[in-house]
Amino acid sequence: MSGPSVHVVPVRTYFLIFLTLLAMTALTTAAAFVDMGPFGNVVAMAIASFKATLVVLFFMHVRYSTRLTSLVVTAGLFWLVILVALTLADYFTRGWLGVPGR
Amino acid sequence: MSASAHARLAHHFDSYEQQRESASLGMWTFLLTEIMFFGGLFMAYILYRWWYPLEFMAGSRSLDIVLGTVNTGILIGSSFTMALAVRSAQLDRSRRTVFFLLATIVLGAAFLGIKAVEYHDKFLHHHVPGQPGFHLAGAPSQAHGQMFFVLYFAMTGLHALHMIVGAGLLGVMTWMAARGRFSAENHNAIECSGLYWHFVDIVWIFLFPLLYLVGRHG
Repeated sequence: MSGPSVHVVPVRTYFLIFLTLLAMTALTTAAAFVDMGPFGNVVAMAIASFKATLVVLFFMHVRYSTRLTSLVVTAGLFWLVILVALTLADYFTRGWLGVPGR
Repeated sequence: MSASAHARLAHHFDSYEQQRESASLGMWTFLLTEIMFFGGLFMAYILYRWWYPLEFMAGSRSLDIVLGTVNTGILIGSSFTMALAVRSAQLDRSRRTVFFLLATIVLGAAFLGIKAVEYHDKFLHHHVPGQPGFHLAGAPSQAHGQMFFVLYFAMTGLHALHMIVGAGLLGVMTWMAARGRFSAENHNAIECSGLYWHFVDIVWIFLFPLLYLVGRHG
C-alpha cells in the first residue's frame, strides 16, 4: 500500500521502458522473417505479451497501485481467457460427434 | 498538505489517496469492458485465421511492414510522452504537462496520418472487401482473402476510433493543465486519460504482429 502522497516514477525508469518497448518491436519484426514453423506465432505473442506487461506495470502504474487494482486487471484477463477458451472448445469439438441429418 | 485551489477532495472520500484509488479503479473497470469489446474481434480473428491460414498469410504479406513498424514505434513514443505528462501533473508542473500532452497528441495524429495513407493504398490496390475487382495475390480463395481485410478494417478501424476519442480527451486535459487544474493531490482526470491512452497502445501492440507479421518468412 502506497503512502498518503502519490508515487512519482523516475524519468529514467520510463525512458528504460520506452527503449525496451522499441527494441522488442524491432525484435518481433526481425523474428517474423525467420522460419520457426508453428513457434513463430508463439514468439510473436510472447513478445507482444511482454510489451503489454511492461506498459501495464510501469506506464499504467499497476506496479505501484494497490493489490485491489492488480486483482481487477487479472480478473479482466481471466474473463478474456474464458471468452477464447470456451469459444475454441466449441469450434474444435464440432466434428467429433456425428450429428444425424448433417 | 499544500492543496491548490482546484485540488478538491469530494465530500464522500476520506482522503486524496482514497479518491485517487477510486478514480483509477473505476477507470480500470471501464477498461475491462474495453478488453471484452476488442476481445470479440480478436476471437473472430483466431477462428478465421485457423480456417483460412493461406489467405491470412497472403493478406498479411500485402500490408506495408515498414509503415506498420514505424507506426508501432510512434505509438510507443506517444505512450512515453503520455507517462511523462502524468508525471509532470503529479509534480504540479503545468507548463511541462501541457508540453508533453501536446507531444502525445502530435504523435497520435502522426499515427492516424500514416494509417490514412495505408487505408488509401488499400483502395488503390483493390484490397477493400466488397470493392469491385477485389484481388489478393497469392490467396487461393478471393472470398476468404476478403475476410482478412474485413477483420483488418474492423480491428484497425475500431482502434483508430479509440485514438481519435483519446486525442479529444487529451485536448481537454491540455486545457485543464494550462489552467493549473492538476496537483499532487488531485490529478485523477489526467491519470485516467493516461490509462485510456496506454490501453489503446496495448491493443495495437497485439494488432501489429497479428496483422502485419504473419507468413513473412519463405
